[in-house]
Amino acid sequence: MSTPLVALEHVSLAYGARGGSTLAVENLDLDVPQGQFVAVVGPSGCGKSTLMKLVTGLLPPTSGVARVAGEPVRGPVKIVGMAFQNATLLPWRTALQNVMLPLEIVQPHRSRLRSAYAQYEKKARELLGAVGLGGFEDRFPWQLSGGMQQRTSLCRALVHDPSLLMLDEPFGALDAFTREELWVVLHDLWAAHKFTVILVTHDLREAVFLSDTVFVMSKRPGRIIARRDIPRTGPRRLEDTYTPEFAGVVQDLREHIGRERAT
Amino acid sequence: MSGRLLERLMPWLLIVACFGIWEASCVIFSIQEFVLPRPSTVLAIMVKRADVLAEHALHTFYTTMVGFALAVVGGVVLGALVGSSRLLYKGLYPLLIGFNSVPKVAVVPVLVIWFGIGDVPAIITAFLVSFFPVTVNVATGLATLEPELEDVLRALGASRLDILRKVGIPRSLPYLFASLKVAITLAFIGSVISETVASNNGIGYLILAASARFDVPLVFAALTVIAVMGIVMYGLFALVEGRTTGWATRKMDYAMGG
Repeated sequence: MSTPLVALEHVSLAYGARGGSTLAVENLDLDVPQGQFVAVVGPSGCGKSTLMKLVTGLLPPTSGVARVAGEPVRGPVKIVGMAFQNATLLPWRTALQNVMLPLEIVQPHRSRLRSAYAQYEKKARELLGAVGLGGFEDRFPWQLSGGMQQRTSLCRALVHDPSLLMLDEPFGALDAFTREELWVVLHDLWAAHKFTVILVTHDLREAVFLSDTVFVMSKRPGRIIARRDIPRTGPRRLEDTYTPEFAGVVQDLREHIGRERAT
Repeated sequence: MSGRLLERLMPWLLIVACFGIWEASCVIFSIQEFVLPRPSTVLAIMVKRADVLAEHALHTFYTTMVGFALAVVGGVVLGALVGSSRLLYKGLYPLLIGFNSVPKVAVVPVLVIWFGIGDVPAIITAFLVSFFPVTVNVATGLATLEPELEDVLRALGASRLDILRKVGIPRSLPYLFASLKVAITLAFIGSVISETVASNNGIGYLILAASARFDVPLVFAALTVIAVMGIVMYGLFALVEGRTTGWATRKMDYAMGG
């Protein structure tokens, strides 16, 4: 087996002063193979967001090693795209300009952006088109609905072709219909580009529908307490979520979480 | 009358109404001119003494603008420092609050001892009263940046300067403009205070000299000139604000044009 793109080896993180007053995550082990879609679920406050920061190099672990592409993480990893529950778009930029923001930061795009602007703009427009925002490129964020803002945010996370996409409850603030629509959008984008995804969520149906592997985290301090592979037999469709097999997997995961919450 | 038109006319209607009531009260209660002159008298004086008023108004305008310009530069620099460092934010704030609480009129005599009578105390006073709101607003704009957005950019390897340029500065612009509108009116107050205490020039000096002669109509004419200058400068900044940061107030014309 080749080296996984992301690997956490016995990672712990303590917040607060030296010695650590609160453990956010403890002895966390996780590996994500290249091109896989992985979901991490858990009760609220289990340190899922901490996991995001450890992987992206925004927080150094107190002990253990976080590896990305085989190398220990020592700072911002730069090969990552991120999206959160809030779309966090810049209100003074249009949808298109928001999507192109990472290109102004990340090398090698940063130094090429000026000379190859038309080419990059075309790419950003195509991406917006792919998530169903064709014709809305020049709107400002406040002129877009919550779902459209989240689509824009997704495009921004992907425009620089990151090999790793980190999603922190990206659909948490949306209504049920929009959320399911965006599952399909994300599924199709992933199927087309085969980047690696770590999706942090507390929506079990979302996790099961989208991912190859679901990890269940314990409550604080977070550890991985269960792992469930969800084989793919081809592209997934929303209808699949109403099959008994699907419901069975969700139910099984729910029990793990239920036990965690009860203790 | 449509709502939009009424909205546009409202300030003028109110001003006219205000002066109307003032004029009527003076007539009805037969108030003496050296107690409270009628608006029509003030207007007549403004025309008659236009040369004197203009000379002093220009001087006050000059000291105010110099003081204000210094306040903007100083306020932006200090605000950027305070807003981007938690340590400075915590450390400097009490000092700034304390400094701002000192009545500036009490500082003017000290300034006169240091710099003599003239423009310098007026400029410094205008600066002192107007830099505080600029500092506080710029600091607030920078300090309230969403942490997730910062994470997105930092994970991409953005430097602090990148984040400041791409997000911090554009985001704090509406705060800056809001403060400029307040600061310019404060700057006028500052320079006039200083001129009243120690100057041979400017509107403040003119008011003091006129009231010493019981020339109350001229005092009111001078006050009106200051008020008009304040309104005009405020309007100018409001205009620039709408042009550059319409996204903050969600103006549709900005959305279409930008």
